[in-house]
Amino acid sequence: MAAVFLVLPLVALVWAAPLGSFWSTITTHESLQALRLSVFTSTVAAAACVVLGLPLAWILARLDFPGRQILRGLVTVPLVLPPVVAGVALLSAFGRMGLIGKPLLDLWDIRIPYTTFAVVIAHTFVSLPFFVISVEGALRATPKSLEVAAATLGADRWTTFRRVTLPLAMPGVVAGVVLAWARSLGEFGATITFAGNYPGTTRTMPLEVYTQLQGDQDTATALSLVLLIVCIAVLVCLRERWLGVR
Amino acid sequence: MKKTVLTGSALVMALALSACGSSGGGSSSKTQTLTVLAASSLTETFTDLQKTFEQQHKGVKVTMVFDSSATLEQQAAQQAPGDILATADKKTMDQAKTDKGISGDATEFATNTMVLAIPAANPAKLTSFAGIQAKGIDFLTCVPTAPCGSAAAALLKTNGITHAPASQEVDVKSVLQKIESGEADAGMVYVTDVTAAGAKVSSLPVPHSSDSPNTYWIAATAGTKQAKLSQEFIALLEGREGQGVLSKAGFGKP
Repeated sequence: MAAVFLVLPLVALVWAAPLGSFWSTITTHESLQALRLSVFTSTVAAAACVVLGLPLAWILARLDFPGRQILRGLVTVPLVLPPVVAGVALLSAFGRMGLIGKPLLDLWDIRIPYTTFAVVIAHTFVSLPFFVISVEGALRATPKSLEVAAATLGADRWTTFRRVTLPLAMPGVVAGVVLAWARSLGEFGATITFAGNYPGTTRTMPLEVYTQLQGDQDTATALSLVLLIVCIAVLVCLRERWLGVR
Repeated sequence: MKKTVLTGSALVMALALSACGSSGGGSSSKTQTLTVLAASSLTETFTDLQKTFEQQHKGVKVTMVFDSSATLEQQAAQQAPGDILATADKKTMDQAKTDKGISGDATEFATNTMVLAIPAANPAKLTSFAGIQAKGIDFLTCVPTAPCGSAAAALLKTNGITHAPASQEVDVKSVLQKIESGEADAGMVYVTDVTAAGAKVSSLPVPHSSDSPNTYWIAATAGTKQAKLSQEFIALLEGREGQGVLSKAGFGKP
């Protein structure tokens, strides 16, 4: 029953897709532009997740300090936050009238909304928790005794992390990157609220689907199918972790 | 003891069920619902008329759904709940006819023209419509699929402005909201939206905007089960009272 409920809409989507004109629909200038933008912003966001998330995940997994539970709690908030609320929150912070956005504009004439950078910020904001949680779990699973052994052999903390901890936690890091990338690719609410919606700069695939839905439904369906295919590809990449296929 | 509890809970359930029954039966025989799908630029005027209509028709509850005309047209075409469709241009209403979202004929009930809305503080110090071409100005339009977007695109072209908007918002109220909150320097909206926004928003004229104003169209949907109420609502809109509300808000006569 549940499986039918979950699969049926997806089958219907494939059914509704205009197979005859599928290729010509998804290779129009607008579609390719949105696809390129989505791949670019999701990749940059995934990279940002690694740079920002790896130290945080390590701190959460390895250091014992007061307030760690609170910190972990705060980190997971964007995980359950409605994306449109995330967008409003980002506007309050980085919008032109925002807490940080207004001084940026007044002092250096830097404006964040309506730029591709804003899309990356929105993507990173919503996908970072996925990365941190995934990597923290992987770090916890690596035995501390190996790190202690490395330390007794004279390795400093950084060398231990780089040569022992990270390689052991690598599957978790890779899964985190893929998860963050996929979450970014599907990001809609925070992006349209915070970054805006303009072809080439901020109109990512989900925004293009939404915009096309108002005009040409066949295009919207075809583009949705492209996103579905990408999602299935991600699942195939992660099948070892989630589906238990070995 | 156990038995008493069971009896007690059965009693409560029976009471709850009978309560449900009576209120449900009562509401279906008395209250009728009329659902109106209206372009978001009609938010203030239609909310006014909703109250008038409900006062004139005891036991009728009017539900308003405001969104982009294009989105509403899609909903009507897919037989979503809705008895009346009101769009902000003729093209969308024609599409509704093609998609069998409406079955009868649509009538034109108002016109509207575009202006350039700016925050009252005017942070970009704009003095004319052409000013939006200056570097560092963020101006907004609707997406081209929405009537406010296609009208804006046509006017930008007529005025020879090639500068691209910073963003295309899904409907005219989203554009207005960003002007009100100061997240954009200017936005192309209808003159009625600026009137409705009050002191937070001022406006500059857009040259040639009155050459081809947007026309507003209304029709009962093909799926309506409230044909009589729908016609009465449309009559209210076209009558003296409806036209009065519209002209007060800045709409033009059809």
